[in-house]
Amino acid sequence: MNKITRRQALGTTAGTLSALGLLGAAAHSATAASPAPAAPAGTVDEVFQGRRIQISPATGGGHHGGHHGSDLPTVRIDGRELHVMRNADGTWISVVNHYETFADPTSLARAAVRELQGAQLAPFAPMGGAA
Amino acid sequence: MTVRKNQATLSAEEKRAFTNALIELKRTGAYDRFVTTHNGFIMSDTDSGDRVGHRSPSFLPWHRRFLLEFEAALQTVDAKVTIPYWDWSADRTTRSSLWAADFLGGTGRARDGQVTDGPFAYATGKWDINVRVDGRNYLRRALGAGVAELPTKAEVDAVLSMPVYDMAPWNSSSNGFRNNLEGWRGANLHNRVHVWVGGQMATGVSPNDPVFWMHHAFVDKLWADWQARNPRSTYLPAAGTSNVVDLHDTMRPWNNVTPADMLDHRKFYTFDTEPAAASQR
Ligand SMILES: [Cu+2]
Repeated sequence: MNKITRRQALGTTAGTLSALGLLGAAAHSATAASPAPAAPAGTVDEVFQGRRIQISPATGGGHHGGHHGSDLPTVRIDGRELHVMRNADGTWISVVNHYETFADPTSLARAAVRELQGAQLAPFAPMGGAA
Repeated sequence: MTVRKNQATLSAEEKRAFTNALIELKRTGAYDRFVTTHNGFIMSDTDSGDRVGHRSPSFLPWHRRFLLEFEAALQTVDAKVTIPYWDWSADRTTRSSLWAADFLGGTGRARDGQVTDGPFAYATGKWDINVRVDGRNYLRRALGAGVAELPTKAEVDAVLSMPVYDMAPWNSSSNGFRNNLEGWRGANLHNRVHVWVGGQMATGVSPNDPVFWMHHAFVDKLWADWQARNPRSTYLPAAGTSNVVDLHDTMRPWNNVTPADMLDHRKFYTFDTEPAAASQR
């Protein structure tokens, strides 16, 4: 497992039970206080089909900046970051499911888990390097 | 002059020439550089920031230029080769000759999605997936699994009859021809085909599957078909638009080509459906 960052550690606190696998594949998500419906989903830490999904909510304000800022949530699968993007209509895509939209980061991450069929994500490389 | 043909009409020899040229570009490493370029744009094109290759008006001229460069690379291997187009509104089943072992090979096996027949099967040792979003280094497909049906001719027709090329806010939420063809709105044409093929085609590294080029050659043809059907319509936006490529702005990564330069495909190639092509053959 990668070195745990502060943000990851906060996420872990919110979902320790599921992180330990005690909830199995059942979804467990703790949604952080959401000031507006358009705000990204909150912290998620769950085990889905045997893979650990961690989502740290965006820390920036709004979603009008570029994609490199903290205005997007950080999504990890077994500690590896999944590149995600938000569409103008509020739906989501990832580099694993690029041509299909999802309603929220959790369903996006679960779709990536299904698509990965047990494979690990390649190291996060915004310019698309080889694994 | 290059003539792009419907893949369903290719002779066995033409199929072999095309797949051999692909494998040679793969061997030299040239192929993977195209995959890397595409993924770089996929990941940086955003609805609220700069966008060039996708979810923006230049989706069509960007991919036209991208395919021209790829076709030129193929022709350094074999001058006779051109990119065939896959009319997925006509050849719409997993039993199409496109997916036979003498062309692209078929769908992946259930266990891991691996394509196991045809020239791009992992076991050939000639088609390793090097630019990837996960650890799997073999070509994968899941034909018809992510979405059951390919777009129909009626759906294509409805999009071709949209008279306005693109509209503000010039992104994935726009109305108009470009976004209905790209597929973020409406019946969903281009995006749906990526999902129907599945495997790498559903990801940012979609050009790893050779069908990427044949899919985009057809999307490119639909742009030409739209122009023929809507002769008074043109590329938009014209000028002064932030974050997107106006008609006379240059496009990354080439920085020396504009959408205006790409409007007439006949400067570069014709399609086998066009009379000009027939007279030149
Ligand atoms: Cu595409």
